[in-house]
Amino acid sequence: MTDISPRTSEHTFGQKMFDLSRSLRSLPIVPIFILVFLLILPAVTADLIAPHDPIRGRIPDRLAPPVFFGGSWEYPLGTDRLGRDVLSRIMHGAKVSLSVSIVGIIFGGVLGTVLGLVAGYFRGWADAIIMRLVDITMALPSILLALVLAVSVGPSFQTVIIVVTFVLWALYARQVRGEVLSIRERDFVARARVSGASHLRIIFRHILPNAANTIIVLATLQVGSVILLEAGLSFLGVGIPKPTPAWGLMVADGRQLIVSAWWIAFFPGLAITLTVLALNLLGDWMRDKLDPKMKDL
Amino acid sequence: MMAQEAPIIEVRELETRIDTKMGPIKAVDGVSFSVRPGQTLGIVGESGSGKSITALSLLRLVPKPAAKITSGSIILDGEEILTASEARMREIRGGKISMILQDPQTSLNPVFTIGSQVIEAIATHVKASPLELLERAIEALKRVRVADPKRRVEDYPHQMSGGMKQRVVGAIALGSNPKVLIADEPTTALDVTIQAQYLKLLKDIQTETGLAIIFITHDFGVVARMCDQVAVMYAGRVVEQGPVRQIFSDPAHPYTKALLNSVPSVEEDVKRLYSIRGQPPAFWDMPAGCRFEPRCDKAMPKCKTEYPPIYESPDGDHHCASCWELESTEWTQSRY
Repeated sequence: MTDISPRTSEHTFGQKMFDLSRSLRSLPIVPIFILVFLLILPAVTADLIAPHDPIRGRIPDRLAPPVFFGGSWEYPLGTDRLGRDVLSRIMHGAKVSLSVSIVGIIFGGVLGTVLGLVAGYFRGWADAIIMRLVDITMALPSILLALVLAVSVGPSFQTVIIVVTFVLWALYARQVRGEVLSIRERDFVARARVSGASHLRIIFRHILPNAANTIIVLATLQVGSVILLEAGLSFLGVGIPKPTPAWGLMVADGRQLIVSAWWIAFFPGLAITLTVLALNLLGDWMRDKLDPKMKDL
Repeated sequence: MMAQEAPIIEVRELETRIDTKMGPIKAVDGVSFSVRPGQTLGIVGESGSGKSITALSLLRLVPKPAAKITSGSIILDGEEILTASEARMREIRGGKISMILQDPQTSLNPVFTIGSQVIEAIATHVKASPLELLERAIEALKRVRVADPKRRVEDYPHQMSGGMKQRVVGAIALGSNPKVLIADEPTTALDVTIQAQYLKLLKDIQTETGLAIIFITHDFGVVARMCDQVAVMYAGRVVEQGPVRQIFSDPAHPYTKALLNSVPSVEEDVKRLYSIRGQPPAFWDMPAGCRFEPRCDKAMPKCKTEYPPIYESPDGDHHCASCWELESTEWTQSRY
């Protein structure tokens, strides 16, 4: 035994792990796209492909179990208390849940990013005002705001979007401001200023692209919590109005029967989990693709 | 030779104040100099002597809101820039006067290719089609001797070495053919061989284009190599100014003498290197008289109370210094 041999084997092991991690990093993209496709396809085409009416059920068929648990192919994922097909409701619910989270995240994200850029770049009184608004927003319980809104304008899709936007913008503003504070001190920003770039140009061309990673990762990570927020609002009766299928609402409905008819809550819950997982993986993949330093790996 | 040509940039009695917790300080206090096309002025001084703030003042980019240019005049190519509008200033920055920063590692935006960054800088000042811009960018990279610029435009900053990045920064600064280039210690982050190459490159470009360079450094070796004129700054003021040869062979101000004494020499075998005793004065606690007086070996009672005027050398080579010691010599009091 020489003193070199253990190191050599360690090296090859490390090399193997590196190769493994590299192939793992490039591997998930196909399944991710399949998963995302499987989510978006039913959401867009629910009216065409859903086997049953998502709102009107057949009472005689109520609480039918899923197909491999004693049920039939008529209701592959079983039915709920009112005999509504769980599969059809998940398909229609995808439309509602995905559009609430995507629209809410876009509104909240754009608003928060712009305010965060302004606060971080210009500092001074703009920063002070925006950051105090962020503090106020974060201190205010979102459920309370939702209740106030629902009482004054009535529960609706728009109400949920407003609440989601209101909750999210502060997170973006704070995160983006922090990023901007560090990016604006880097020399390439000074260089841009020295070569006559305007504030707008510096913000959108030099600072925003360097903060984009953070924003994208934040956005994909939030889909899950937005769906859960929507569920919470619906559960309290101030979210999406009741007969409309929405994943959160379905989980809330199935909660009471979780012991006897687990499928009512389980499958929408599974849909939420898979969506969050798929979008997180997609976010990770996009972050790697957007970072020029990762291109050579 | 070129002494007859009018200066391209002329700075008179420039004063920049910075508000601090200890009250306002004059970071730049009555600095005057001028540079002719094709000439290089070196501004030397220790850290905190006001070199960098002077450079930023020339671009009107002093850190807001704490710092402010309070008086003086900067005439660039016949135009007073202290009163120019902000929009006009953006045209001037990068158009007529450019700057190279110290650290090439962070001077380039990591998420864009080299090409797009050179193009961006040119496009800010020149209207041209995308294809023309690309050609001009490749031309600019060729001029700073980036090998294979056609392929290099596709590269990201992290794919280049420090020296190459600093060349790209140079290409960006020179892309729209400015008349004045401010180089704020552009070679301190590079190793010596690369440093020498870079200085030669700047010199060559200067001979080609008649660029005026303001070279900020604390390295006398670089000054000797690069500069025609030197201004020595101490505590916000220029204490001595003149042709590089006179400054090196016949320094008039005790501070310049002391600085030159602190440079190790190759020829002599010195046991212990000279160092100036004490520390530069704090800006909020400036001596009433000469600012170098507390550290000066030749200080007289007068130095404590009154700031010395500027004396000009009788040789007629525009060699000036502010020191009371010169009062009793053939040097004559001058306005600047």
